[in-house]
Amino acid sequence: MAIHLTKESKVLVQGVTGSEGMKHTRRMLEAGTDVVGGVNPRKAGRTVVFDVSRSPGSLPGTPRTVPVYGSVAEGMAATGADVSVVFVPPAFARAAVVEAADAGIGLVVVITEGIPVHDTVAFTTYARARGTRIIGPNCPGLISPGHSVAGIIPADITGPGRIGLVSKSGTLTYQLMYELRDTGFSTCVGIGGDPVVGTSHIDCLAAFQDDPDTDLVVLIGEIGGDAEERAAAYIRDHVTKPVVGYIAGFTAPEGRTMGHAGAIVSGSSGTARAKKRALEAASVKVGNTPTETARLVLAALEGAGRRHS
Amino acid sequence: MDLYEHQARDIFEEYGITVPRAEVTDSPEGARVIARRLGGSVVVKAQVRTGGRGKAGGVALAADPAAAERTARRILGMDIKGHTVGTVMLAQPVAIAREFYVSYVLDRAAGRFLAIASAEGGMEIEEVAARRPEAVARIPVDPAEGVTSATAARIARAAGLPPQTVDTLVRLWQVLIREDALLVEVNPLVLTEQGRIVALDGKVTLDDNARFRQARWGADDPAVPDDPLEAAAAAKGLNYVRLDGEVGVIGNGAGLVMSTLDVVAGCGARPADFLDIGGGASARTMADALSVVLADPAVKSVLVNVFGGITACDAVADGIVRALDTVRLTRPLVVRLDGNNAARGRAVLDAHAHPLVRQATTMDGAARAAAHLAHAS
Repeated sequence: MAIHLTKESKVLVQGVTGSEGMKHTRRMLEAGTDVVGGVNPRKAGRTVVFDVSRSPGSLPGTPRTVPVYGSVAEGMAATGADVSVVFVPPAFARAAVVEAADAGIGLVVVITEGIPVHDTVAFTTYARARGTRIIGPNCPGLISPGHSVAGIIPADITGPGRIGLVSKSGTLTYQLMYELRDTGFSTCVGIGGDPVVGTSHIDCLAAFQDDPDTDLVVLIGEIGGDAEERAAAYIRDHVTKPVVGYIAGFTAPEGRTMGHAGAIVSGSSGTARAKKRALEAASVKVGNTPTETARLVLAALEGAGRRHS
Repeated sequence: MDLYEHQARDIFEEYGITVPRAEVTDSPEGARVIARRLGGSVVVKAQVRTGGRGKAGGVALAADPAAAERTARRILGMDIKGHTVGTVMLAQPVAIAREFYVSYVLDRAAGRFLAIASAEGGMEIEEVAARRPEAVARIPVDPAEGVTSATAARIARAAGLPPQTVDTLVRLWQVLIREDALLVEVNPLVLTEQGRIVALDGKVTLDDNARFRQARWGADDPAVPDDPLEAAAAAKGLNYVRLDGEVGVIGNGAGLVMSTLDVVAGCGARPADFLDIGGGASARTMADALSVVLADPAVKSVLVNVFGGITACDAVADGIVRALDTVRLTRPLVVRLDGNNAARGRAVLDAHAHPLVRQATTMDGAARAAAHLAHAS
């Protein structure tokens, strides 16, 4: 088990024929993801052949053929796909997500960076009303190590384990996965660094709390907004599993956007200090560096193990 | 991107919102000419992209053209919260009967926009909200529907604004949607003694991500940063924010770079910048990044912190080596490479053996070394 993405997930790639779509579809296949098709209305009926010789167990030069469908609905009808990963450029992302939601797919992972906020507001609202979960935009997607990757998170950093991770940042996710590579993860979800995202820290905390294969949750946040403060309140009231936090951006100046569109301190709101304080008030241990955060995770796992034995 | 007040004013005017007659100048003499054109008495307003102008003395009434020139001379060049006043707007005074507050702001948690309105305008809305929360109405806007006359009437009623404001509320929403704005704020929106609704001061923040479909982001691009190093970095397509420390920081991924700044600060040094080279950085990107960071005379040491997820560390190392051919390294460089192809990347740097380049195997160790080197020099 894992959250939102399992070995059984059947994945479509919207924008499969673009350069990012091609590169990451190959990587997803190598990681064992069941990529059942791509979507591109102008290339429907064709196939794309991927060299997946790096994937474990396959012979050198083993090709994998992925059919291209004209629409998400067509792809779902032909393959039974239940997840779509979106790599289309910002100008076309809104239409791509609306199409996927109209087709009734369960999960859409939007990797695309640089989507106008008004478009994200429109498609997240639209998808929610139709029961489609959106992860992202501007996110690395998610991985259930050893089972499946939907997005761009590298599959070779670590393997399966019993830690869940939710983060606004891709590279900080990789860093923590690396620091805890000997322990492994159930699922890591990169929810994205934009001001508006489809899936929040809270959504993931709730799913990890209910996941029998997750023992502890790592929550990575950064400056901007109040998602971490809200997550803290949720943890206090609803999460019984241990949570370890990390917040980036203590040294960020007020009023400047730090890389991610949503990473900005406005006046006195959205500061790293306030987020850390809120998490600590909810009994979440918060590391000062990624390395210290990993140490806190190991200590918490050890403590939990002792209590159970 | 935040617009200047006069840019917001011009946009409001385009959308049929009543604004005071006004013009902009960068010279005291120009202020005198404009004041004469506007009828003599004017309000002189510093144009800076920050709040609190009034308290800082950046807004003043001038009774005649000579006074307008004197006032403009005083305000031009003034420093308001670190922003130097380069231009002033001169506006015709308005006879105010009542002042209101209205804005459309992004509610990040709810993933939609929120109308905020109050019949107590003219002061900071945060102060009103803290003192009398019941005086501030907050109405969520359904993204599919937007602000229609009916929604606007509901907002006005909830905040106790007169019905004449409904038309302005609808037009301000059109500004928000059509201009791809993240914030539209009018404070104060006034009812004049003549019974008209006028937007006296406006703040508009545009969405940088919508640049590709907005003609307003054209040749006269107001997004060019004031800082020369930031402007140079922006021209090279680099995501760079200049800070006031002594350890230059380059990394991949916004979260990891922010974290790197914090770890440097935790080692007792101050980061000189935020520079994210992004995923799959080329040698060229690395060279550009190094040249921008080294152009800052305050930088005493440079820390490169890369975790190779998609990015291959040997490509980053190649980039650094090639960068050292084109950029003369004058200060120590600490490199930490981990993740994808890290061993090969470290070997590339070892083989190059530049006397000012050293490697660290952990992020914390690299930050400690860079902080130490910055203090030692």
